[in-house]
Amino acid sequence: MNTLMNWLSQIGSIVKFGLLSIPQRRGAVAATVIGIAGVVVVLVGVLSIAAGFRRAMTASAAPDSAIVLRSGADTEMVSGFGRDQVRLIADAPGVARGPKGPLSSAELFVIINLPKRSTGTDANVPLRGVEPAATAVRDQLTLVSGRMFEWGRTEVIVGAGAAREFAGLEVGSQIKVGRASWPVVGIFTANGGVAESEVWTDAAVLQGAYNRGQSFQSVYTRLTSAEAFQTFKDALTTNPQLSVKVLRQSDYYAEQSETLTRLITTLGVLIASLMAIGAVFGALNTMYSAVATRTREIATLRALGFGRGAIVIALMVESLVIALLGGALGGALAYAAFNNFQAATMNWQSFSQVTFAFAVTPPLLVQGIVLASLIGLIGGLLPAIRAARQPIASALREL
Amino acid sequence: MSTTNETQPQDSALVRIEGVEKTFRRASEDVHVLARLDLVVPPGEFLALMGPSGSGKSTLLNLIGGLDRPTQGSVTVAGERIDTLSDRRLADWRARHIGFVFQLYNLMPVLTAERNVELPLLLTHLGKAERQKHVATALAMVGLSHRAKHYPRTLSGGEQQRVGIARGIVTDPTLLLCDEPTGDLDRKAGDEILNLLQALNREHGKTIIMVTHDPHASARASRTVYLNKGRLSNEPVS
Repeated sequence: MNTLMNWLSQIGSIVKFGLLSIPQRRGAVAATVIGIAGVVVVLVGVLSIAAGFRRAMTASAAPDSAIVLRSGADTEMVSGFGRDQVRLIADAPGVARGPKGPLSSAELFVIINLPKRSTGTDANVPLRGVEPAATAVRDQLTLVSGRMFEWGRTEVIVGAGAAREFAGLEVGSQIKVGRASWPVVGIFTANGGVAESEVWTDAAVLQGAYNRGQSFQSVYTRLTSAEAFQTFKDALTTNPQLSVKVLRQSDYYAEQSETLTRLITTLGVLIASLMAIGAVFGALNTMYSAVATRTREIATLRALGFGRGAIVIALMVESLVIALLGGALGGALAYAAFNNFQAATMNWQSFSQVTFAFAVTPPLLVQGIVLASLIGLIGGLLPAIRAARQPIASALREL
Repeated sequence: MSTTNETQPQDSALVRIEGVEKTFRRASEDVHVLARLDLVVPPGEFLALMGPSGSGKSTLLNLIGGLDRPTQGSVTVAGERIDTLSDRRLADWRARHIGFVFQLYNLMPVLTAERNVELPLLLTHLGKAERQKHVATALAMVGLSHRAKHYPRTLSGGEQQRVGIARGIVTDPTLLLCDEPTGDLDRKAGDEILNLLQALNREHGKTIIMVTHDPHASARASRTVYLNKGRLSNEPVS
C-alpha cells in the first residue's frame, strides 16, 4: 500500500511540475487546447444534428402508440386504406377508447410547396389530414396560438417548427392547397416532435380537395398500454380482411430517421477523425516541447531515483489534462453554438421537410471528451517514452 | 588511499572500481574516456577528483552514481555491484544510497526550496509528517530554514546550491556525489559551500566524492586524485 502511495506520489509530483510549468509554454499549450477544442466542436456539432433529427422524429412517439400501414409499405406515402379497413383497425383489441369512441385517427398525407424563410426557395411541406381522435392519439399536442381548425372546414393549424421555417404560415395568413387558399387558424407544438413540421387539417376535407374519396394512408392509434401492442398487432396481422403492417410509432420514426442520421454520423465521425489526426500532431508537438524544455529536470528526477514508468505516466497524465481542457472547452463551445439551433432538412423517406433542433446531448459531450482524451494520450505517449529513455548523464548537462 | 592496483580488503571500501573502461561512440568513432581504471574510496572520505576538461571526471562520477554503465570492468558501491543492475533496480539503488549535488543546482523552478528538498523523500516510505521533519532538519543543516518557502528564482546562487545540498543529504545517503558544486559560484559563495561539505564530512561522517577543476576546492578534501586522459594518478599532471 505504501509502495503504491509512494509511486502515485512520484507521479503526482511530476504532473504537478508539468502543470505548473505550463505558463512557460502557454503558446504551444493554448494552440493544442484550441486544436482539440476544434475537433470536439466539429464532432459534437455534427453529431448534434443527427441527435436532434432523431430526437425530433421520435420525441412525440409514446410507447403506447402505434401506426398501421398497408403491408409492404415503408412510409405513409406508399400506404393506403379504405374506410372499412380503417374501421376494423379502430375496433381491434388493444386500442384505447375515449368518451367519443376508439382513440384511432385515420390520416392522409400529402405534400404542398411553401417557401423557406431562409432561402425563399420552395420546399416540400407535409399537409396531414387527421380525424378528431388525432389530438388524443398524440397527447403532447398543444395549441400555442390561434385555435383548432373547425371540422369540415378548409382551415389548417400549423406546427411551430413549420411556422418558424416556412414563410406565410402565421395565424391569419392563407396557404395554397390545390387551387384554393386555406386560412391558418392556429399554431401548435408537439414536444419538439415530427408533427411540429407538419400542417394539419380535417382528413375528410383533405380527401375532398385531393379527390381521394374515402381513402386514407395510415392509422394512428393510442393503445390501452404499451404491453397491449402485441395483442393489437396480432389481431390485425391475423385478420384475413386486412393486409397491414403494424409498428410502434417510436420504431416507425426511428426507422424513418435512420438513413439521414447514419449519413450525418458517418460524415461527422469522418471529418472529426481527420481533424483528430491533426490535433494529435498538435499534442505531440506540445508534449515534445514540454519534454525538451524540461530535459534537465526530468533527468534530475531520474538521477534522484524516480522511475521511468512514473515519468511516462506523469507526462501522459499531463497531456491528458491539456487534452481534457480542450475537450471541455470544445464541449462548452459546441453546446453554446449548437444546442437548440433550429434547422430543417429533408426526410428522404417522406420527401418532406422535417424541422428540428440540434441536440448537444450528454452522451455526445462524453463522446467529445473521450475523443479529446484519446488525442491527449496518443499525443503524449511518444514524447513521454522519449523523455524516459533519454540517457540521464547527458540529459543532466542540457541547459 | 591509493589509486591503481589497490589491495585493500573489500569490506574497507565504500566504493570499489576495478578495471573500468568507458568508451563513447561519436560520429562513427570510438572515444575512450576511461582506460582500465581502479579506485577505492573508504567510508568517511572526502575525495576530490580533479583533472582538465574532458578528462573523464564527470563520467567517472556518473559511473559511481549509477547514472551510466562502464563499457568494461566493475563498479561496487556500498557492497553492491551496480554495473549489472537493471535500470529499475539501479533507480531504486540510487534513491537509497546516493545524494547528488549538481553544478547548476538542478532545482525544480516551480517548487519551493522545501518541496525541492522533499523530492528524494517521495521515493521512500515516509509519511508526510516525517518527510516534513526530515526536510526541516536538512534545511537547518545548510542554514536555510528561513528560506524554506522561497522559490529557486528568489534565491542567490549560493543559496540554491545549499538547497541542492539539502536535497542531496535529506535521505541520509551512503554517498554524496558533487559535480563541480562551486563551479557556478563566486569565491565567497563557493567557500560557504565548501565549508558546508567539509562539515558534513567531518561532523557527520558523510562520504563525499567531489569533481572539481579548482585547486582551492580540492584543498578542502581529505584526498585528491587526478584524472588525465582516462587514467588516475595521485599527482597532478604537469
